[in-house]
Amino acid sequence: MTKIGLEIHCQLTKLESKLFCSCKADYRGFEPNTNICPVCMGIPGSLPLLNKSAVEKATLIAMALDCKTPNRIAFFRKNYFYPDLPKNFQITQLNAYGNTSIGWEGKISVENKEIKIRRIQLEEDPGRLIYEGATEKTKLTLVDYNRAGTPLVEIVTEPDFETPHQVREFLNILSDLLENLNVSDPGLEGAMRADANVSIDGGSKVEIKNIGSFHDLEKAVHFEITRQQSLAERKIEIIQETRHWDDGRKITVSARTKEEEAEYRYHLEADIPWVRIDDNTKNQLQVHMPESISSKKERYVSKYGITLQVADILSSDRYFSELFEKANNETNAKDIANMITTDIMGLLDTREKREMSKLEGDHISDLVEYIKSNKITRASAKLALDEVIKNGKPLSQIIEDLDLGHVSDEATLSDIITEVLNEEAKAVEDAKQNPDIVNFLVGKVMQKTRGKADPELTLVLLKKNLGVK
Amino acid sequence: MDLGISALNYVNGIKNNEFTVEEFTLKSLERISQVDEKLHAFLRVNDLAIKNAREIDTKIKSNQNVGKCYGMPISIKDNICIEGSKTTCASKVLENFIAPYTSTVINKLNSEDAIIIGKTNLDEFAMGLSTEFSAYGPSRNPWNTDYVPGGSSGGSGVSVSANECIASLGSDTGGSIRNPASFCSVVGLKPTYGLVSRYGLVSYANSIEQIGPMAKTVKDSAFLLDIISGIDSNDNTTVDNKNQDYLTDIDAGINGKKIGIVTEMTNPDGLSTDVLDATNDAIKTFENLGANCEQVSLEMVRYAVAAYYTITSTEAGSNLARYDNIRYGYEFDSSGFEFNSYISQARSKFGPEVIRRMILGGFVPSAGHAGKYFSKALKVKSKLITEINHVFEKFDFLISPTVPIQPFKFGEKINDPVSFMMVDFNTVTANLTGIPAISVPYKITNGLPIGIQIMANRLEEHSLLQAAYALEKTVDLPEVPI
Repeated sequence: MTKIGLEIHCQLTKLESKLFCSCKADYRGFEPNTNICPVCMGIPGSLPLLNKSAVEKATLIAMALDCKTPNRIAFFRKNYFYPDLPKNFQITQLNAYGNTSIGWEGKISVENKEIKIRRIQLEEDPGRLIYEGATEKTKLTLVDYNRAGTPLVEIVTEPDFETPHQVREFLNILSDLLENLNVSDPGLEGAMRADANVSIDGGSKVEIKNIGSFHDLEKAVHFEITRQQSLAERKIEIIQETRHWDDGRKITVSARTKEEEAEYRYHLEADIPWVRIDDNTKNQLQVHMPESISSKKERYVSKYGITLQVADILSSDRYFSELFEKANNETNAKDIANMITTDIMGLLDTREKREMSKLEGDHISDLVEYIKSNKITRASAKLALDEVIKNGKPLSQIIEDLDLGHVSDEATLSDIITEVLNEEAKAVEDAKQNPDIVNFLVGKVMQKTRGKADPELTLVLLKKNLGVK
Repeated sequence: MDLGISALNYVNGIKNNEFTVEEFTLKSLERISQVDEKLHAFLRVNDLAIKNAREIDTKIKSNQNVGKCYGMPISIKDNICIEGSKTTCASKVLENFIAPYTSTVINKLNSEDAIIIGKTNLDEFAMGLSTEFSAYGPSRNPWNTDYVPGGSSGGSGVSVSANECIASLGSDTGGSIRNPASFCSVVGLKPTYGLVSRYGLVSYANSIEQIGPMAKTVKDSAFLLDIISGIDSNDNTTVDNKNQDYLTDIDAGINGKKIGIVTEMTNPDGLSTDVLDATNDAIKTFENLGANCEQVSLEMVRYAVAAYYTITSTEAGSNLARYDNIRYGYEFDSSGFEFNSYISQARSKFGPEVIRRMILGGFVPSAGHAGKYFSKALKVKSKLITEINHVFEKFDFLISPTVPIQPFKFGEKINDPVSFMMVDFNTVTANLTGIPAISVPYKITNGLPIGIQIMANRLEEHSLLQAAYALEKTVDLPEVPI
């Protein structure tokens, strides 16, 4: 049987500061080596100061993954030399003296299969290495320490996956979960990384590292299973080793160093006293834990009668489900859900657009109300949405500014219809034979009114004018 | 003007207009230039000392608020960071390291208007007990310059003993304040772990070390502890000292107190005859002061030195790993090197004792050997703590000679690491258990000092200083002969 286990690293990007100092947790957009201080640079004499919110956010993850959580946590030093590590050790966690890491023995359901979580720990991200120079002689390794010390949660699963597809599905669920908990923005480059270990029936465990994206992870696992199977078929021994994912060639390559022999000389980090997490704190976290995606979904279906498919899309996205909750007043929930999934999601399809957007819940509920009461057409509603996103003005104001109000006044509409009928003499003739042509003329009226004409009234008036039934 | 005055008398002298800060600072600098060529207490002298002195004089003259140090010259061990100036840890590896920030203890001294007169010599990265492992040459004992001053805060001990300054700050990982205090005949206090912020102290073994005062008198030690102690938002291991005023009631005496004489630390086989005599004499003194002295055995003390070196090497191996000469350090061109060969080249600048401990620190906690060494050492530490907690239920203080022997000559022990380590026998227990301990000058025998160590329970500095003061009042020692 194929066994796949994962080690996921997730940055707590929603935190203000790094794990042990006050530099920014989200280092993106800084010039290299400007988001640093004596602590995250490991300057002699500096001391780590634990970010308590990081402990809370990490505990929240552990709780959401059904983990056991400790009464007190400890930090350890993992010692090894690497240029991206300012101190040449990483402050991390280890269950050496009882369970002192953020969480353990959790579980999550993926495609009706239970995936067990072995351990969750809180640790610091190292800096970033950038390789430059083409030839061996001019090759440079540059180090950017902006990332060093960013709070990182490591989630280790049991080898419970059997297919690459399950792996992919799990990562999707996990990344939605982390986003929903408001602890991380998994969409940010490098915010979520994963290593995998793969073994097939009777073979040794092979670790795959250096995988850039979740998409590649699925591919890497797939490649590795195929590689191991073809070795097994030819009766070649599968050795226990670490392999790196070669992004260019899309294959795994044996790592030259034997990483399993690494000697980390773990010992307690004495600069950070043990942190108590008492029952009261845990209860508080539990009480304030954001509603889970599955419970949200269920609620949307049972309480509001939203279709399962729409509820699924809406609940798994933190931003849009929040928008939904703000906009709906229970009577209009279905319409709001539909408007968000059919119109708004398309308009706000990137993180940047969402950040720039001025759209509020009230805008959406107003818009739904306006459509219902025939004050605006669906077509005009789209124009109004575009404008709201840009400037955030009240809907009534925007309708006035853009002159989007419904033309339902019979006299005005009749004038426009006369105009259209004069211009479209041929269509008028045809329409008498073929009633479908009437719709074409309705379209023309819409064009002239930039979508503002009341479609039902237009149809009635047109038919009356043409003398068709 | 007497450069040998205590901190408290210095403050009185300034208040009574007997001398100005500038006059005293100038005299101290003169003294340093006269004697330090021979003693080598200082690695660097503060160029701004006179300027600082004038500023404080101006404050005094214009009746502005003046901090309670009134410009007294204080020397600082060169493993404590001061922004914009070098902190070398007496190592070639940090030859050009300029700290980008100031340690908490220095900030506290500065806000009380102390003058940092200079940075003092130490064994490289505070590993040693004679200053012979300083990369910049050893310091010499002012009582007899053929002898070591102790260490690792040897430069600090010498600077106070030779009246080059009023007081000093050292650091104590296994006796590094108390050992040179004993060897140089000054008072040295290792506070409770967490009482004084370590922010800005270059770590050697961070789970057990503390910054502490080295001073001419017990009262001066109390005065300085008042200033430097307390909770610090930059050090998560600091504890609240509940605004103790250590000088208050310092003369309360020790009548009726219970003192345990630690059997393992006063074993005649381990002590030199002169140290044994002085110790027995001190016990009599304590009894004369009204205390009840009784032998008490701490079984784990026998393993304390072994546990100490195992734990400190492990932590040192980790704490000193950052010295790869990439972000700071010394001039060394990296071009043409592969990463691992660059750092091993860069790290070859460490001196022999640091290298010894790096090797030990790579071995004792390693996966194959931790069970036999590092884990056992942690067990000893934890049992020792249990023992200490137990004896302090019965005793107020524990006593021993600070060091089992008197100062030794240069080179006498340097080639025998194990006998070197045994010099720490009486001091490491306080570090492993986190309790405060003080060394009080007690005798000069054959022209060389002997100090007595008093230990108390955690955060009992107040009563510890009372006991030390009581003992100090009974002794009358000669002037330093330099």
